[in-house]
Amino acid sequence: MNWHNIVTVYLKELKDSLRDRRTLLSTIIIPTLVMPLLTFGVGKVASVVINKARGEIPAIVILGGEDSPGIVAQLKASKKFRVVAATADWKQRIGDKQIRAAVRIPEKFEAGLLAGSASPVVIYHYEGELKSMLGVGELEKFFRDLRDKTVTDRLAERALPASLVRPFVFSRENVAPPEKVGGNLIGGFVPYLIIILCFTGAMYPAMDLTAGEKERGTMETLLCSPVARVDLVLGKFLMVLTGSLSAMVFMLISMGATAFIAGSMWAGGGKAAPLAASAAAAKDSASVIPMIDPLGLLGVLAMVLPVAVLFSAVIFTVALFAKSYKEAQSYVGPLVLVIIMPAVLGMLPGIDLNFRLALVPILNLSLVCKEMLSGVWHWEYIALIFGSSCVYAAIALALAVKMFNREDVIFRT
Amino acid sequence: MIEARLLTKTFRDKKRGEIHAVDAVSFRAEPGRIYGLLGANGAGKTTTLRLLATLLKPTSGSATVAGFDVVREPEQVRAHVGFLAASTALYARLTAREMITYFGRLHGLADPEIKARLARLAVQLDMGEFLDRRCDKFSTGMKQKTSIARTLIHDPAVMVFDEPTLGLDVMTARAIVRFVRECRDRGKTVIYSTHVMSEVEKLCDTIGIIHDGRLLAEGTLADLRARYGEQDMEEIFVKVAGGEAKP
Repeated sequence: MNWHNIVTVYLKELKDSLRDRRTLLSTIIIPTLVMPLLTFGVGKVASVVINKARGEIPAIVILGGEDSPGIVAQLKASKKFRVVAATADWKQRIGDKQIRAAVRIPEKFEAGLLAGSASPVVIYHYEGELKSMLGVGELEKFFRDLRDKTVTDRLAERALPASLVRPFVFSRENVAPPEKVGGNLIGGFVPYLIIILCFTGAMYPAMDLTAGEKERGTMETLLCSPVARVDLVLGKFLMVLTGSLSAMVFMLISMGATAFIAGSMWAGGGKAAPLAASAAAAKDSASVIPMIDPLGLLGVLAMVLPVAVLFSAVIFTVALFAKSYKEAQSYVGPLVLVIIMPAVLGMLPGIDLNFRLALVPILNLSLVCKEMLSGVWHWEYIALIFGSSCVYAAIALALAVKMFNREDVIFRT
Repeated sequence: MIEARLLTKTFRDKKRGEIHAVDAVSFRAEPGRIYGLLGANGAGKTTTLRLLATLLKPTSGSATVAGFDVVREPEQVRAHVGFLAASTALYARLTAREMITYFGRLHGLADPEIKARLARLAVQLDMGEFLDRRCDKFSTGMKQKTSIARTLIHDPAVMVFDEPTLGLDVMTARAIVRFVRECRDRGKTVIYSTHVMSEVEKLCDTIGIIHDGRLLAEGTLADLRARYGEQDMEEIFVKVAGGEAKP
């Protein structure tokens, strides 16, 4: 190995890649834009959609209730929903989103209520449909209020205190520091984003430096130089790794800036505060934007390093088989799914780190990052995951060197 | 000096089985002379030259280039060879200066030396106008000049040309042929592969006719004319190759 040659190849590849729009897009522009887009773009759209849904008065139908005119009248008088005439196809209409919910008032409900033996009320809805669920919420609140009022009236009739059915109250208060709360809230999402960006950041330089060079005829030119092939691989590999790591670094910087700006804006009561927000506004933002433990973030960066090496080496090796950039895309593209699956699994609540999972690449990173961002440091798992990731990365890199030395791979026709 | 001894390269193909791309080829190319490797497409010219330039490893046989063994000392061989082929392209996003400097560094030259050599080559090849322009904007002639400068930056003792005029217009092809002659005149060992008969007649001191991976005939143009009783190189080639190709 000759470090002078490796650095020469690396610096040339770096210069070349910085002039390639596709590489710049995947390693700098997209990672920088992803968090602001998610926060201000998708977040804003979601907020508009939800507010619009909340602003809409849900249309409901009442089934039965002919012998409970008081309840029906109260439902019709409520401003929280709009009662429309019931038809035989009410279920179909809920499914078609023409009405949001239906409520069945059982026979003799009012009479039963007075006698203390009312039959159950049933609410029909479209599970998972936002506007239907909002309508259900309003109906449930209506009947909860009715039940509470009935209880209060009955206690009053018997001259009994309200504390009879509510002997004490309880409340909850968070004592965890905001960093831990933030880590718990978004601790699964941040590693997921980092994993995806590390992968996509390595993708384009890897394909360009292998299949792209073969296609353009520069690979043969390069192989004519007296530099050992292992040095060529390492120089190119370092560029791919740079792409992977820069995608992550730009994403983290952008995430920090987004959190600061969004916090300043939202802490100002929804009004856009000046970008150079005051320290007070920044402090307020902690209650609005989930905070992350900086030490946890450093830990994540350290853990990601061998995985970035693994990604870079694997994509490099796979892309090396292709004769053209397009062919490389068809090989590397499906790998994204292989990466996403364990990353998503790691986001799911209830999956905890153990010694077996600590050996599963990507999933182990996702799980340990989630813990570290929440302020939990299981050193035995951290050591095992870092060690195993280094071993996987070394194997992948050795494989890349081996493949680069194979004539049937480099001169595949 | 290039010396190939029973050089053989076999590929395995799933459909066609074992293919002898180069089959026991032996020849010798001397300094200050041009050895022409003449053959049809697929005859084994490119594979032979790739073996000599150590881009491929021989299945059997051996070769020495500039005194270095192609199997045991591939890096030394490449350090003494300038390889120019139609398939050796330029980095489109680099300028000609950056491209040539990069290859100078890969050959272990120090930056001041590269700068001095590049300045000389730029004058010789008339590259001053486009030296700092990106290669993707170049005409074919500019690309060829840059490639030539790339092969010469380390002043190699051996020059290997694999169909360097393929697809070029007449003027650019003539410039290449002139450059090949200059290499010979400067005492370099030159090996030149082509399927263009007229180039061989004009350029080569010794001609080797390769067909189906085997070197079937070798000699000067006069030797070959006398041996096969033909004046025209094309007729000689057809006789050596065993007749007209089937349609």
